[in-house]
Amino acid sequence: MGRIYLDYAATTPMHPDVLKDMLPHFNESFGNPSTIYSYGQEAKAAREEARARVASLIGAHDEEIVLTSGGTEADNCAVEGIAFANETKGNHIITTSIEHHAVLETCKFLEKHGFIVTYLPVDKYGMVNHEDVKKALTSQTILITVMHANNEVGTIQPIAEIGKIAKEAGVIFHTDAVQTVGHIPVDVNELGVDLLSMSAHKLYGPKGVGALYIRKGTKIVSFMHGGEQERGRRAGTENIPGIVGFGKAAELAQMEIIDEAKRLTDLRGKLITGLSNRIDDVQLNGHPEQRLPNNVNMSVDFVEGESMLLNLDLEGICASTGSACSSGSLEASHVLLAMGLSHVQAHGSLRFTLGAWTTEEEIERVLDVLPGIVSKLRAMSPLINSRR
Amino acid sequence: MSDVQSMYSEKVMEHFRDPKNVGEMENPSGIGHVGNPVCGDIMELYIKVEDDVITDAKFKTFGCGAAIATSSMVTELVKGKTIEDALKISNRAVAEALGGLPSIKMHCSVLAEEALKSAIDDYLAKSHQKNKVSP
Repeated sequence: MGRIYLDYAATTPMHPDVLKDMLPHFNESFGNPSTIYSYGQEAKAAREEARARVASLIGAHDEEIVLTSGGTEADNCAVEGIAFANETKGNHIITTSIEHHAVLETCKFLEKHGFIVTYLPVDKYGMVNHEDVKKALTSQTILITVMHANNEVGTIQPIAEIGKIAKEAGVIFHTDAVQTVGHIPVDVNELGVDLLSMSAHKLYGPKGVGALYIRKGTKIVSFMHGGEQERGRRAGTENIPGIVGFGKAAELAQMEIIDEAKRLTDLRGKLITGLSNRIDDVQLNGHPEQRLPNNVNMSVDFVEGESMLLNLDLEGICASTGSACSSGSLEASHVLLAMGLSHVQAHGSLRFTLGAWTTEEEIERVLDVLPGIVSKLRAMSPLINSRR
Repeated sequence: MSDVQSMYSEKVMEHFRDPKNVGEMENPSGIGHVGNPVCGDIMELYIKVEDDVITDAKFKTFGCGAAIATSSMVTELVKGKTIEDALKISNRAVAEALGGLPSIKMHCSVLAEEALKSAIDDYLAKSHQKNKVSP
């Protein structure tokens, strides 16, 4: 068996059809869409076709899609752009303690510029309570930003409920939907969001391209200054091959989303049940049902995540952890700690995220290999079998 | 096992895959206990001392690949050394013996040095020696 990739939440391989559609746009159809001759007009048409596919995937109008360099730019653009566009109305932002760093660090940046940010807590499943959002509202609140599903533990947040609260209060609502778009049905009107961030490489598209949905009529300060691209909301010559790839990926996702979510949910269940049965002292992190179809996050007591990852890697299995040791930071995952896990449990977390090419045989291979790895590491753990 | 591209040197991976001197020790002369759960590395190091010479060393470690490899390496380096020579083993020496560590992992070698010093301190305290070493 070749390498087994189970880190689809980090990035996905491109779908072959996506690559095929992108290739002519590197050289044959290379034009700048801002030019009037045929090369440029071809590029512009390709861009607009892609935009329409992305819009269709989330139930938006084409002109509400601003193409960006990815999810991080979309998040920065949304949070910063709304804050600065509304600073005369108020200076309060509501977010959660489990957001992606692209939102959290942007909020911290805004705090240095006079904004006040409320970081809402989550329950043990990593779920935000929509009533907490309501309680946190003040007359100064200008933005609510809550992620659609968490990238580490997969918990799907009550976005539609929060959307209603935001609408009643007349507060702009943004969601980071990088982990959900293309994986579960996302409709901007059902969710009641004003802005929504997406990334192509999480749904079998290329890296370096994403989009921000901005509901018509939403006032926002643009973040990249320069030319008039994207109706003046995002300057810079467009990454046409990337955008075309994003469009194709969105189209494919829309066709396959329901069947694929069901297939992955079954595999997810098999992996969670298998690990729980074969390894003692493990626990599932995240919500048991309200979770992404492809996310499995378990804490394995008494052992550290990176050492499990390295051993899995030696067996050709690629996964992820919330341990500090693998990220280069000194703290364990802020998400797991916010859910109330101990530091040891957070350091002992393993995340497997499944995807289009994940097979039942691969899941079985993980179930065969991981118990031995855990036993080996537990034998050298000072946290168990201690005589004291 | 497949030959995978690693963030670590071959020597680190060798000690990680097949760590030396894993386990607890019957009646150790000294035990070192360092690290904390917040940073994600906890090391326990046991030494057996006879006639001022470290005759055996063992470890138990909760931590990343580098933490396990440095634990393994420090137990190897220390065996057969006098207490005086063992105290000269620096974190840098541990890292060098492992063919280097990524810069973000150098603190693991510091932990290994501290574990050794802590075990020697424990031994010295137990044996009531006068020339007690400061931590």
